[in-house]
Formats: sequence, C-alpha cells, structure tokens
Amino acid sequence: MDFSKIKQTIEESFPSAITGEDLTASPKALIVEKESIKHVCQFLQEQEGLYFDSLSCLSGVDNGPEKGTMEVIYNFYSIPYDHHLMLKVEIERDSPSVPSVESIWKTANWHEREAFDLLGIKFNGHPDLRRILLPNDWEGHPLRKDYQEQEKYHGMTVTYDREESSENEELTIKNGK
Amino acid sequence: MNIQYKYHPDHLKNSEPTVYNESTLKKEEMLINIGPQHPSTHGVLRLEVISDGEIVREVIPHMGYLHRCFEKHAEAVPFNQVIPYVDRLDYVAAMNSEHAYAMGVERMLGITDKIPKRVEYIRVLVAELNRLASHFVAIGTYGLDIGAFTPFLWMMRDREHILRLLEWASGARMLYNYIWIGGLFYDLPVGFEERCMSFTKYLLPKLEDLKNLLISNKIFIDRTANVGVLSRDLAINYGVTGPMLRASGLKYDLRKVDGYSVYSELEFEVPVGAGQMGTTGDCWDRTWVRFRECEESIKLINQCLNRLTGDFKRDREFDPRAVVPKKIRPKAQDLYVRAENPKGELGFFFRADGRADKAIRCKARGCSFVNLSVLPEISRGVMMSDLIAIVGSIDFVMGEVDR
Repeated sequence: MDFSKIKQTIEESFPSAITGEDLTASPKALIVEKESIKHVCQFLQEQEGLYFDSLSCLSGVDNGPEKGTMEVIYNFYSIPYDHHLMLKVEIERDSPSVPSVESIWKTANWHEREAFDLLGIKFNGHPDLRRILLPNDWEGHPLRKDYQEQEKYHGMTVTYDREESSENEELTIKNGK
Repeated sequence: MNIQYKYHPDHLKNSEPTVYNESTLKKEEMLINIGPQHPSTHGVLRLEVISDGEIVREVIPHMGYLHRCFEKHAEAVPFNQVIPYVDRLDYVAAMNSEHAYAMGVERMLGITDKIPKRVEYIRVLVAELNRLASHFVAIGTYGLDIGAFTPFLWMMRDREHILRLLEWASGARMLYNYIWIGGLFYDLPVGFEERCMSFTKYLLPKLEDLKNLLISNKIFIDRTANVGVLSRDLAINYGVTGPMLRASGLKYDLRKVDGYSVYSELEFEVPVGAGQMGTTGDCWDRTWVRFRECEESIKLINQCLNRLTGDFKRDREFDPRAVVPKKIRPKAQDLYVRAENPKGELGFFFRADGRADKAIRCKARGCSFVNLSVLPEISRGVMMSDLIAIVGSIDFVMGEVDR
C-alpha cells in the first residue's frame, strides 16, 4: 500500500487526527494531532491491509526555545506488507507530554524511557517512566537545545572551562616528568 | 585541580536505585544484584534479580554505565566526523555500523547512485568480514558463559585473523573509520584479495570443528535447548531483530528485504530457527542461526572477492574518494535509514535543517538496546543458571545499549 492510500485509510476512520504531511521525509510522514496518537497507532497495528506490526524507532526531537516545540517521531514498518510510515507529533516545549504507545508495542517502553531521559518528554500512561541511560539524580535533559550541564555531580566537577583544562594539562605533563 | 572522589553511601542509592526494596519483596524472595562488573553480563550491564530460591521471579536491567553521549556528540560535529563515534557504538562490528551510517547520509545527499561499484563491493566485503568477527565473539563468549572454554580460544584465534586483515586495510584493529560518506578511506591493499581468499579456505574446516565441539555437543544442547524460548509474536512486538528474530522462526533479513548496497546482486540464504533441539526460538536456535550465518558470510565474502578480482578489479585510476563530498550539507529533511547489523536492525534517524553541516538530531536505534529489552519477559520463572544462558544468547554489546 502506498503513502496516499495509507493516509486515506487513516483519514476515513479518524477525520480530524491528521493535521498535515511531510513529503520530503523518507519514509513519507504524516503529522498527527497529539491527543489521537494512541488511537491512530492502535488502528495502524490492527487494521487489515495496514498491519504495522513493528515499531522500528521512536525518537524525540527538540526544536529549540525560539520555536517552542518538541516532536516525537514514530517509524513504523509492516513486515508482511513491506511498507513504511513515519508519524510526527508536535507538542509544546514547556510541559511536553504525549500518550504512551507502550500498551500497543512493548518495544516502545525503552524508547519512551530514553526520550523521557534525554529530552524530558512525559509519556502519559507509561507503566515505568524512569531514567534509563543517565543516573537517577542527574539534573536536566541533555538533548534539549538549551541544556546547561550541572556544575557538580556527587562532588565531582562536571564542567571544565577551557583555561582551567589547559592548566590541568600542563600540570600532568610536569608531574609526568 | 582537585578531581578526588569522596564516596558516600547515598550516591549509589540516589543514582541507580533498585526498583524493589525490602518492603516490596514478598516472603522468601531475595534481591540479588548481578553486575555491572561481572564477566557473564558481557560488559557493564547491571541486573537486579528478584529470586525465590533458585527461581528467577523478575529481572530488571539497569543501564547507562557506558553512556558516552553519542547523540549529543552527533549534533555537535559535522556528519563525516561522526563516523569514529559510530564505530564506538557496536565496537565488535564497527564496519557494519559505519556502512549503515554512511548509507544514511548518502541518501540525504542523494548520491547513493553515484557510488562506484567497487566501493560498494569493498564495503560489503569488509562488513561481512566484520560480521564473522562479531558472530565469533558471540558464539565464543557464549560458550564461555556456560562452561566451554576451548571454543572461546578457537574463536578468538580466528577472529584475530579477521582483525588483522581489517587492520591491514584500515590501519586499526577494531575501530576503523574506513567507510567514509561517499567512498572509502583507501582502496584495499595490494594482495588483500588473495590473503582473504586463503583465509576463507582456512576457515571453512574450522567452522566444522566448532560445530562438532560446541554446537552439537550434548552438554551444550542440554544447557541451551528449551531455555529462554522467545515466541515470534512476542519478538515482533518487542521490536527484536536480527539472529534473535530469525531464531524465532521468521525469515526476515534486511539484506534480503531491502537489498541495500549490492546485497541484491549476491546470493545467500537466510537461516531460520526450527526448534531442531527443542522449541523454536530457544537459546540453542539463536546460536545455531549465528553459526549458520557465519557460513553464509563466507559465501558472500567469496562472491565479493570474485567480483573484486573480476568485473571491478583493481585499477590504477580508481579513486575510492572520488565521490566523497567536500562539504556535507544535506537539504532540510527527516530520514530514517536501517541496515542489518550482526545483532539486528541498526537504524539512524536524521534531521537536517539544510543550512548546517551537522545533524539537528541523530538518533541511533541500536539493535542491542532493543533486543535487550525483551530480557525481563523471557527470563521470568527460569532457573538462576539459565538466566546466564539467556543473557549470553541475546548477544548485546553495551556500547550500543548505552550509546
């Protein structure tokens, strides 16, 4: 099934869910309204003819403080029908949250935890939304465009400014001699 | 400059708290911590295991001990300079990861069709050599996990031959930076094809030895058959790919499905698990699929060598960097690219804004990361010793899980 047919099938069941499309993306993308993403996903997985049985990738993107938005991007693939689809959901940056699709594809569990960890996107309905890669007591979300790393972590210096580190190099050379 | 670290017991409690604690454990249940420094967790994986005597009730993986901020780095440096970081994702199969990454950026630039055929064949050749090396590590260390020491030494010996071949081509043993966007670092060294040909001749009987010593060994079968059975539907729902998915009985290999690079011009089979020794999708099947893939990789290597000494043979005029772009500045777009790594589907999600030579976002969908997520599901209710067998059979590399 090609992209326009997939779009048509979704639109028949969810007339107001799709707010746009992105034809430059590869695979081609549909922009879906935030509230209906879970229902659309359920439909994508179950509908005869679509049957997107695998969620290949789920990524969060920060568009920066000027735009004030974040995005969650879903990459689907249907193994029996061999067709791809990308879905995009745009959310506001101040309190980013999106419904979780963990109950549909279990693989979303860790992907969503990662997006939560690195971008601070909240996935409503996720059963176990903890940090996954960073320590639990780390401050901030590093993949945000305006991220500032904390000064100290458990008493260890996290940020070194350039002058200081060059001094440090000299020190180690001296000590080495 | 003071970089001394002062230990405080709260540090561990706050940074990686366990999900269970004394109040949530049932009577007779025990919380056992495995790793992160434990040989059978294959790197720095930490497992929180809730056990009832010998029976595992729940496994909770704790990751992040090898997090090196790949995605943040990929936003900070130009596309071509990300390749060394990509090497360090799956550090036992760096060529395959480079291949996937280079393909993605080439697709964004729209130069996929311009890549010379010789470059493509060399890419597939080195990627398949690296696939062999990766499977050797997987099978060898898996034997080690469950008590077979000799196969590990044999596998490491043969892997070393491959690493030396790749070192000859690229200059590095494991982290190559050999496949560049639009081409290669350098043409194959003179005499590489012959050495490679004699290596595959040497390797085939060694694989037979491996089969006799490990794969069809009764002790090995008893330890792995019917253990950690992963059904096909569960595997797909968890996004599991690669040998793990094929062992569960689905003939799904991106080299065949997508036919990317020159794989569509080459002949090879896709081995699937059939439950020969127990149930489809058990630990033995996963090892069997990896073993069979080694044989298929040798077939692919031989075909590549034939082409590289035949139709696309060495030429003084040939420049592997002819199509390498000076400035990599893709149009504004989103792109998802995927390729078959030894461990499964490695995907990259790119976002370019059309102005910078850096990615706005580069997400790596690591196959080890996704494959590991199924561990709690398949290790509920197994014996403690089987848990080690299951962890080994998943064949993950922490470099790619933690990124």
